[in-house]
Amino acid sequence: MSYEIIVVGGGHAGCEAALASARKKHKTLLITSNINNISNMPCNPSLGGPAKGIVVREIDALGGEMGRNADKAILQMKMLNMAKGPAVRALRAQIDKVVYPKIMLETLKKEKKLHILEGMVEDLIIDENVVKGIILEDGTKIKSNIVILTTGTYMKANILIGSTKKRSGPNEERASLNLSDNLRKIGFEIQRLKTGTPPRIEKSSIDFSKMREEKGDSILYTFSHDMKPIYKIKEQKPCYLIHTTKNTHELIKNNLEKSSMYGGYVEGIGPRYCPSIEDKITRFSDKESHQLFLEPESIYYDDIYLQGFSTSMPIEMQEEMIHTLPGLEKAKIKKYAYAIEYDAINPIQIKSNLETKLINNLYTAGQINGTSGYEEAAAQGLMAGINASLSIEGREPLVLKRSEAYIGVLIDDLVTKGTKEPYRLLTSRAEFRLLLRNDNADLRLREYGYNIGLINKHKYNRLIRKKKEIDNYINYFRTDKINPTKENNEFLRENNSAEIKDGISIYNLLKRPEITINHIKKIRKITLSKEILEQIEINIKYEGYISKVYKEVGQLIKYEKLIIPSNINYDNVHNLASEAKQKLKEINPTSLGQAMRISGVNPSDIAILMIYFKKEEAK
Amino acid sequence: MGAISIIRISGDEAIEIVNKIFKGKDLTKVDTHTINYGYIYNPYDKKIVDEVLVMIMKKPRSFTMEDIVEINCHGGISTTNKILELVLTSGARLSEPGEFTKRAFLNGRIDLIKAEAIMDLINAKTEMSRKLAFNQIEGKLSTLIRNLKKEILGIMANVEVNIDYPEYEDIEKITYENLKIKIEEIKKNMKKMLEETENSRIIKEGIKAVIIGKPNVGKSSILNKLTDEEKAIVTDIPGTTRDVVEGTVNLDGIIINIKDTAGIRETKDIIEKIGVERSKKLINEVDLVIMVLNNNEELTEEDMELLDKIKNITHIIVINKVDLENKLDKEKISNSNIVMCNTINIDGLDFLKQKIKELFNLNKIDKQDFNYLSNARQISLLKEAIVVISDIEEAIATKIPIDIIETDLRKIWLILSDILGEIYQEDLINEIFSQFCLGK
Repeated sequence: MSYEIIVVGGGHAGCEAALASARKKHKTLLITSNINNISNMPCNPSLGGPAKGIVVREIDALGGEMGRNADKAILQMKMLNMAKGPAVRALRAQIDKVVYPKIMLETLKKEKKLHILEGMVEDLIIDENVVKGIILEDGTKIKSNIVILTTGTYMKANILIGSTKKRSGPNEERASLNLSDNLRKIGFEIQRLKTGTPPRIEKSSIDFSKMREEKGDSILYTFSHDMKPIYKIKEQKPCYLIHTTKNTHELIKNNLEKSSMYGGYVEGIGPRYCPSIEDKITRFSDKESHQLFLEPESIYYDDIYLQGFSTSMPIEMQEEMIHTLPGLEKAKIKKYAYAIEYDAINPIQIKSNLETKLINNLYTAGQINGTSGYEEAAAQGLMAGINASLSIEGREPLVLKRSEAYIGVLIDDLVTKGTKEPYRLLTSRAEFRLLLRNDNADLRLREYGYNIGLINKHKYNRLIRKKKEIDNYINYFRTDKINPTKENNEFLRENNSAEIKDGISIYNLLKRPEITINHIKKIRKITLSKEILEQIEINIKYEGYISKVYKEVGQLIKYEKLIIPSNINYDNVHNLASEAKQKLKEINPTSLGQAMRISGVNPSDIAILMIYFKKEEAK
Repeated sequence: MGAISIIRISGDEAIEIVNKIFKGKDLTKVDTHTINYGYIYNPYDKKIVDEVLVMIMKKPRSFTMEDIVEINCHGGISTTNKILELVLTSGARLSEPGEFTKRAFLNGRIDLIKAEAIMDLINAKTEMSRKLAFNQIEGKLSTLIRNLKKEILGIMANVEVNIDYPEYEDIEKITYENLKIKIEEIKKNMKKMLEETENSRIIKEGIKAVIIGKPNVGKSSILNKLTDEEKAIVTDIPGTTRDVVEGTVNLDGIIINIKDTAGIRETKDIIEKIGVERSKKLINEVDLVIMVLNNNEELTEEDMELLDKIKNITHIIVINKVDLENKLDKEKISNSNIVMCNTINIDGLDFLKQKIKELFNLNKIDKQDFNYLSNARQISLLKEAIVVISDIEEAIATKIPIDIIETDLRKIWLILSDILGEIYQEDLINEIFSQFCLGK
């Protein structure tokens, strides 16, 4: 029994990796400890949000599955940041936790080149720094050219509630006991991370009249570029907003040491951006209340997810805490909140194609690389699946640039900076976020998807047509003028825009802040899709800003092109600061551009490196 | 030529090299930061060259963060050259311009502003300009800019939080109104820095002044009196000063460079004509124009034309030869900066000096703290930042989305980092260090 690619783990990273590989016609095996747990959502019942929503669009543009799968499981959909600029808009969907995994499993099963096996991987077969396959806990060996590890939160997982600690994965799933120890033996640096999840409340025990209802948008959206919306606007399920009370804060403050975290039972490092409620109250002690959202988990069962109330307090405390919240005075907890700690590798040990530096043909993706979030995991899984396949095909890896995709930012951050806490994508991590928009994911990435072979000719042709139409219309609007006729000036006056004395191009008219593409539609007959109109508007309106960002990108790329030879011996580079030297050795950046982004490597160190390279060149 | 010359050697082998030509203690075995008495001798003919003190500073506690040896020898070109030659033949090489400071920068001892300030310190002509340069080395300017950077980063962070957490209502929202207030404050600080920079330029480079006026009104005499030097040829024949003649005045520690010009007058004499052209050109290049008029002559059309030309430049009108009969119609000169004088009379010159001090706030400058940008690179970067600030103000006025405006905030942040030398730019470093004179 042998495969081209083995994927270990059936979470969001594992599914994308396995699908990409199988769809690229490579014989693929996905190994999961529980087939019924495939693409499970153990934490929040939602996908997307700022940055993450754009990642889902990017996954779809490249030919991944998450977007399409999500579109079939929507309970509620919102376009966030509508009041802000187009660069930061992002979709966020409430997802049915029963439907999502069910559809994903069906999709996996349909792939002819993909086999699914239930089992627990204990060790790797390694021959002279090349991985050759895996070993199951019963000793079974399965050979493959490539192994992709997507172990999620399962390696040596501990579930913590108050002072109790139990070796277990999420939802009573079995933890992986030996894999991380075996990785350590190979030479991997293993770190312990922690995350947590809030309690689930029984819907019928909640008094929703005390809460503010949060409805979905009244416009239909999809994550996927190829899907038509299947949900109905009026059938969207609402979320609810409440605030913690004085009593909540008092209670938690007085019982802080009962939590696993403050009681000292946790070894792992938790994320700053997703703090537990006891963390929030301790760290922001001047705040009188915190927002909490109640989100539905599924139409097939009754649980309500209490977002913002993640805790590691003991169960009796959790009951008491819940009852201090408005509308939850009599609420029943269906599932208690818990903290979970698990083993991950330090991601500076992997390359930007997600292959490990230590072992050839071994790839890692998702939480094993120190990230958190379904979207971050799926994105890495997809890239690992793509690059593993490309490697088998003898092709160059696909490494997305920071200026091309949030996925590029995510992976570059991981391999360049590493992470000490579970890493989450944020818009603020993307210095070129004006280019990385929700609306242009296909324009940025679909061509890659096509070249890789995950996007078919039909979809690709549609993209080409779209690109052409956008370009044509932008050019046409540069020359197409409206004249200072009575009618036109009246129209401008009506829309609070200055009257014109000379002809003005549609292009320049659209640059006026008060004029939108909808105004243009009133004076010109345009029969273009909403998407294309949006592109035209954004590109004209923000042209100045967009070109500024491109200029910055150009400067960065200059340094990205200065390749550092992989056999460089930093000990031979005189005058490097010792911290810089250590970091450079550890991370072994491939380009000067990457070296510049390593914290602890200062401009003077870069100057020294440049001087060194010039000298070497001269030799 | 000083009584003592210092030869400084920096680098891994500095101590070893000097030890080869030093007679006294074994320098490779002495403690760091010690002064060692001995002789420099020629190892080939064993002849003593000079009696010296040798200072040893071992890495990293030295200016360059490398081993440094300083040989204090008797000043005198032949001795110094001989020792230098011995050092060079023993394995050292002559440093490139600014190399010591460059190494200090590259070894992380100083930031870019400090490196630039050291260059200023070397070139400082007066006590005040020395003080200014010194403050920068201490990092006061860096602190000022860092604070500005922090301010901007704060706004950026707030904008980003609003994007990443759109549904959290308890986080302060950046609105056009509060962004405008914050931006105005930053702009004010930047402009202040720029204005004060102008003062510091005056401290460092002095005031550039030019004396203009018709031939034979006494321009050269005034320059000579001010500088106590016979810089210009003074005769009674109009047009004696054919070319620009320069003199320097130290006004309470501020250097004033005054250029004397050929009298401005329509002329057929070719040499003089070139001089006149230069005078007209100079008017636009200086900080101060001193126009001299003759009390004994009526104002001509040329005078009126010149008065018009200088009205937008800081200027002083000197009415010379007050001892002679008044023929000049003062009513026609509507100007407050008039100094009446007679070149032979010292009082008039004092008035002139007083006027200069007044116009440039020189009395005030002395009391100020000097934290200002002091070179063209920094100044042009700050001006660039102010232009971007104006873009932001316009964007706020036209309601460009704040998250897009943030692109420009980032730009300013990058420019400020650039001033501090925190962004790597290949050419920049070469450019800066090539400006240094030999050694530190």
